Amino acid sequence: MKVLVAVKRVIDYNVKIRVKADNTGVETANVKMSMNPFDEIAVEEAIRMKEKGAATEVIAFSAGPAQCQETIRTALAMGADRGVLVQTDAELQPLAVAKLLKAVVDKEQPGLVIVGKQAIDDDSNQTGQMLAALLGWSVGTFANKLNVADGSVEVKREVDGGLENIKIKMPAVITTDLRLNEPRYASLPNIMKAKKKPIETLAPDALGVDVAPRLKTLKVEEPPKRKAGIKVKTVAELVEKLRNEAGVI
Amino acid sequence: MSLAEQALPSGRPPSPFYTEEHEAFRSTVRRFVEREIMPHVDQWDEAEEFPRELFRKASAAGLMQLGFPEAYGGVPTDPFFGIVKAEEMARHGSGGLNASLNSHTIGSPPIAALGPEWMKRKVLPEVLAGEKISALAITEPSGGSDVANLRTTARREGDHYVVNGSKMFITSGMRADYYTVAVRTGGPGAGGVSLLLIERDREGFARSKLKKMGWWASDTAQLFFDNVRVPVENLIGEENRGFIGIMLNFNSERLGMSAGACGYAKVCLDEAIAYARERHTFGKPLIANQVVRHRLVDMAMRINAVKSTLELLAYRVGQGEKPVAEICMLKNLATSTMEFCANEAMQIFGGAGYLRGAKVERIYRETKVMSIGGGSTEIMKDLAARQMGL
Repeated sequence: MKVLVAVKRVIDYNVKIRVKADNTGVETANVKMSMNPFDEIAVEEAIRMKEKGAATEVIAFSAGPAQCQETIRTALAMGADRGVLVQTDAELQPLAVAKLLKAVVDKEQPGLVIVGKQAIDDDSNQTGQMLAALLGWSVGTFANKLNVADGSVEVKREVDGGLENIKIKMPAVITTDLRLNEPRYASLPNIMKAKKKPIETLAPDALGVDVAPRLKTLKVEEPPKRKAGIKVKTVAELVEKLRNEAGVI
Repeated sequence: MSLAEQALPSGRPPSPFYTEEHEAFRSTVRRFVEREIMPHVDQWDEAEEFPRELFRKASAAGLMQLGFPEAYGGVPTDPFFGIVKAEEMARHGSGGLNASLNSHTIGSPPIAALGPEWMKRKVLPEVLAGEKISALAITEPSGGSDVANLRTTARREGDHYVVNGSKMFITSGMRADYYTVAVRTGGPGAGGVSLLLIERDREGFARSKLKKMGWWASDTAQLFFDNVRVPVENLIGEENRGFIGIMLNFNSERLGMSAGACGYAKVCLDEAIAYARERHTFGKPLIANQVVRHRLVDMAMRINAVKSTLELLAYRVGQGEKPVAEICMLKNLATSTMEFCANEAMQIFGGAGYLRGAKVERIYRETKVMSIGGGSTEIMKDLAARQMGL
């Protein structure tokens, strides 16, 4: 069984995000970029499946500018076998990525697609679900634990009230939550080996996918600065302020 | 792709020396330090030891294998991987941990370069996997850099050597499994020196721990050999030709120490900038004082000089050159820069820097071992002067 994992190139989680002066987005020039942490978990899970013999090949997919090669290369250094890059400088929204993924799934015929539940830049939490809908496949979102057996996947899901156990038929789409696993380091020997692993580059046109944005961003602003705190003298004063000033009770 | 575009993804300025692989390795080391070392390092330093398990974990991330042959479990790399590792490992600020975790980078190269096949097959894979610890034992109570006059003897008796003497300041000395030991097998001078592999469990081999000013996390020891019988097959290289093996180590050791010193200096600068921004005196942050800002610029200026020299020399070494004099001067430049930056950072920290637990306090205590170990400042100058024909 092939497993396809999607990896997104995002601003590194350690970077302090700055809004562009013209309020059209966030500053990405000269900023350290890394693999979306939820996608690292997806890669790790796929590699573990291969190590356990549940998967035969792990393919890392990314869509975006040429530099996304580097993100795929990270997945290859963790242990993925080969990469597929859909290269475009266009703005990609979740629906477009889901359509690109569907085109690659049609071509590669994986038994499972594992994606992060969301990316830490736009926090959309949509691509996995959209992909499953486009494919007409089962979907297990927010996976906390996975078990592949006899053409189905047991998924322990993180839901608001706790954990939910479901069993879905394969082929399926899985989206990963934080506690699914702890991703490994890309070790030095594997970094060196990753250089030689193939990355196929495709164009959206060749896949017959229209990636034109369907959503329009009107304005991006910094969140308001946090105001300094105050000390209250009595519980009564605290309750009064919470009720009348903060409006939280 | 232009150089500038290549450099963009990682957010670092363009450089002719670093590739995507170097930056990928940097991410791995950074994450390793943050996950496995940072949370425990203060505690380990106070306890004067760190868990042996860290060797295995470091190997799993590929930190132990740099520059060793693939056939014995290593990963051949250019010197810039070493620089990346030293820079990133400096971030936790415990030189003792780094020295001990990397004692194989001085203990094992003579085995890889000159050792017999059985030894390479047995020792190197175990050491590079982090299962066994390798140490180098050259210095003696009577002297260090004067290798040609070392006094530990190995007398041939049939198919064994009988070793007698003592070694001093040995990094990983307490818990190493394999010791690469310089002994006198022949007459006086450099021509009578050999290298022997001595295993820790040989009868008559004892060690005792040394208390130190810094490098607390390292189990630095004095070694004692009392009629220790070592098989002749443990000879590393030819008899009486050990001096070459010892010299082979020095360039890479000094380049490594320079990269480390540069890294610790940078930590001092980063810590000092962060503290100067945060600390308020007389109604304004420290950094609002011109005198403080000038100190920070002086630190940055010297670090830049070290880094530039280091990278150029690493490039030349990578091309197969042996710029001995330049590396000696680099070591002095780097270690004196570390001393300068540690001193400046301590002054900016004031009382807070005098308390244990601040990285700059630890680094300040670890400056002297850098300008003394691996060849003192004075030895470096003598060597450089000789190379320059002065």
